Amino acid sequence: MRLSPFNVVSLTLGFVFLYLPMLILVIYSFNASKLVTVWAGFSTKWYGELLSNDAFLDAAWVTLQVAVLSSTLATVLGTMAAYVLVRGGRFFGRTLFSGMIYAPLVMPEVITGLSLLLLFIGIGMDRGVLTIVLAHTTFSMCFVSVVVSSRLMTFDQSLEEAALDLGASAFEAFRLVTLPIIAPAVISGWLLAFTLSLDDLVIASFTSGPSATTLPMKIWSSVRLGVSPEINALSTILIGLVTVGVIAASIASKQSALRAKRDEQAAARAQ
Amino acid sequence: MAETVFAPWDDPEQKPLIRFRNVTKRFGDFTAIDDLTLDIFEQEFFALLGPSGCGKTTMMRMLAGFENPTSGAIELAGQDIAGIPPNKRAVNMMFQSYALFPHLSIWDNIAFGLRRESSDKAAIASRVEEMLKLTRLEKFARRKPHQISGGQRQRVALARSLAKAPKLLLLDEPLGALDAKLREATQFELMDIQEKTGTTFVIVTHDQEEAMTVASRVAVMDEGRVMQVATPQRIYEAPNSSYVADFIGDVTLIEGTARARAQAPEAPNTAVPQSSAPRGPSPNALGVWLHDKVLAPVIGTRTDTQLQLPPPDKSDTTLSVLSRDIPEGGIDIAWSDSQPPLIALDADAALDGAQVTLALRPEKVSISKTRPDGAVNALKGTVIDIAYLGNLSTYHVELAGGVMIKAQTANTRRVSRREITWEDEVWVSWSGTAGVVLST
Ligand SMILES: Nc1ncnc2c1ncn2[C@@H]1O[C@H](COP(=O)(O)OP(=O)(O)OP(=O)(O)O)[C@@H](O)[C@H]1O
Ligand SMILES: [Mg+2]
Repeated sequence: MRLSPFNVVSLTLGFVFLYLPMLILVIYSFNASKLVTVWAGFSTKWYGELLSNDAFLDAAWVTLQVAVLSSTLATVLGTMAAYVLVRGGRFFGRTLFSGMIYAPLVMPEVITGLSLLLLFIGIGMDRGVLTIVLAHTTFSMCFVSVVVSSRLMTFDQSLEEAALDLGASAFEAFRLVTLPIIAPAVISGWLLAFTLSLDDLVIASFTSGPSATTLPMKIWSSVRLGVSPEINALSTILIGLVTVGVIAASIASKQSALRAKRDEQAAARAQ
Repeated sequence: MAETVFAPWDDPEQKPLIRFRNVTKRFGDFTAIDDLTLDIFEQEFFALLGPSGCGKTTMMRMLAGFENPTSGAIELAGQDIAGIPPNKRAVNMMFQSYALFPHLSIWDNIAFGLRRESSDKAAIASRVEEMLKLTRLEKFARRKPHQISGGQRQRVALARSLAKAPKLLLLDEPLGALDAKLREATQFELMDIQEKTGTTFVIVTHDQEEAMTVASRVAVMDEGRVMQVATPQRIYEAPNSSYVADFIGDVTLIEGTARARAQAPEAPNTAVPQSSAPRGPSPNALGVWLHDKVLAPVIGTRTDTQLQLPPPDKSDTTLSVLSRDIPEGGIDIAWSDSQPPLIALDADAALDGAQVTLALRPEKVSISKTRPDGAVNALKGTVIDIAYLGNLSTYHVELAGGVMIKAQTANTRRVSRREITWEDEVWVSWSGTAGVVLST
């Protein structure tokens, strides 16, 4: 089907609007000049500089640690909370708890950050990687819980009953039946928590100490001193990583859909 | 050696395996099970029959441990099972929705329960293979549940619940999705398994024929209550209420008022009035004068008393009124102003005056073009509909009052040579003991 001229224009405008800023960023990351706005030929030297910049590498390492730890912790806690809220039957205050677990979703980050800061100061905890991990866990846990509980609501409870009936303990039923079946939701909850942690600036700024700086904090502070081509290079790497991740995920899901279809066809033939 | 009939329910010495004692189950203010008392014995094949929503699954779930009774107690082998969690009960259940584990292969689904209690790989494998063979699923062992058909899934669910050889097996509509042939085969398979393993089965089914085929006893339920518990034969032949009669099989129900048939029925025309009022022709004044003056010397004096015939013999009157030989006893059921009462010879005469329902199975009602000789009950009607069931045909006959009666005959002749067809005037008839008189 051919697109009408109007549609071509709309599509182009939309995509230009979305991607032009990123495109410019990518192009300037290969700029040989130190001045961001003056094009002085193609070069990859800023990438080299980046690799030798210990401050950036440290920040990247901190960010990765924080993201992996906090998203894992948030996934465990969020899944547990979702399970209790969906499966726990009626108990006193259940509706209140269900509502409260979603509140941090709409809470301004500044407030979350500030209250966590006050808490850490109050209990006399040294701010560093650990406090950022805890802070990220706190706010990403509710995202995980939302994703997992919406999956649990459509989960056929008789599967768990069947497991119990066949002699499994409640924990075995969860581990052997419930968890494998809701695994896709748990994994996407983890990914969500991971990306939230990766790009968080506000809460990390409140809860980090001098010893721990995350990548977004580092970028933010260096940009305040002026945009450097190094930052462009770093951002380009991040864009590249995200792109590769998205493409890989979509290929994987397409493959699994194809496999399921093949299986079903095989089953149909065998009857 | 005398063949001992399996009937532990008739033996007061026998201890039931399962005992429901005044069990009530409420969901909110809805009563799903209403004061239910029931015994199920070891090695029974016990069928629960009833309309949708009458509480069959709820009963099963209480036995399996997923629901607790609101009041009352359930005993398994003499022990109150309230509070024993499902995974500690020697009870396995086949779920109405199958509840197969979608992420596990058929093989692993069947092995799931075995792996929970033993780590002997070889023993588990051989047991799984045995189950696969039994349910004819060998070819599908490696498939996932979504890769097999509905009937195959049902068989997996059956195999999975059988694998642990439980003491009590609960089957919630185990064969609903199978075609007629496979269903029959599986029914016999189940009975075979039951005989071999001595497992006690409680089976829920919507299919009466299935209940009749497999069950040692049947419980007919309605709205959380058990209406009757008896052997399939008794449920069919001697239902205790019109609900049960109507629910099980095909039946015609005719309501009416019972009247006891006298032990020695008096013929109506023996009751000649003995009053003094002259009933026969009597002479007038002229006649009297003529007789006295002229005839008296010849034929003697006139008497005023009337002569009567002797009362007729009892057997004469019965014959003259009913024109056939009907034994005494039982009841008449007056059901229509224009039709003779129906006779039920084996009914209790104590029902005299009560409203009763006569339940008639179609296969006990014969149909003929002419009035059959010697039938205790015979009524005339018109054929409205004929349901051809292959080996049998059911005729729907409308009587004069608008009541429909179903009569069934075996099709021994080809359809084209059937002599009774639509709109024909026919006689339906049945014996004095063919119907069951129900007072509720
Ligand atoms: N958890 C529940 N909460 C409220 N009502 C329930 C619950 N479970 C069952 N019921 C009600 O109890 C009644 C009996 O349900 P049950 O599942 O035992 O019916 P059933 O006899 O198995 O019916 P079917 O033949 O359709 O399977 C139904 O009216 C149902 O709506
Ligand atoms: Mg049910």
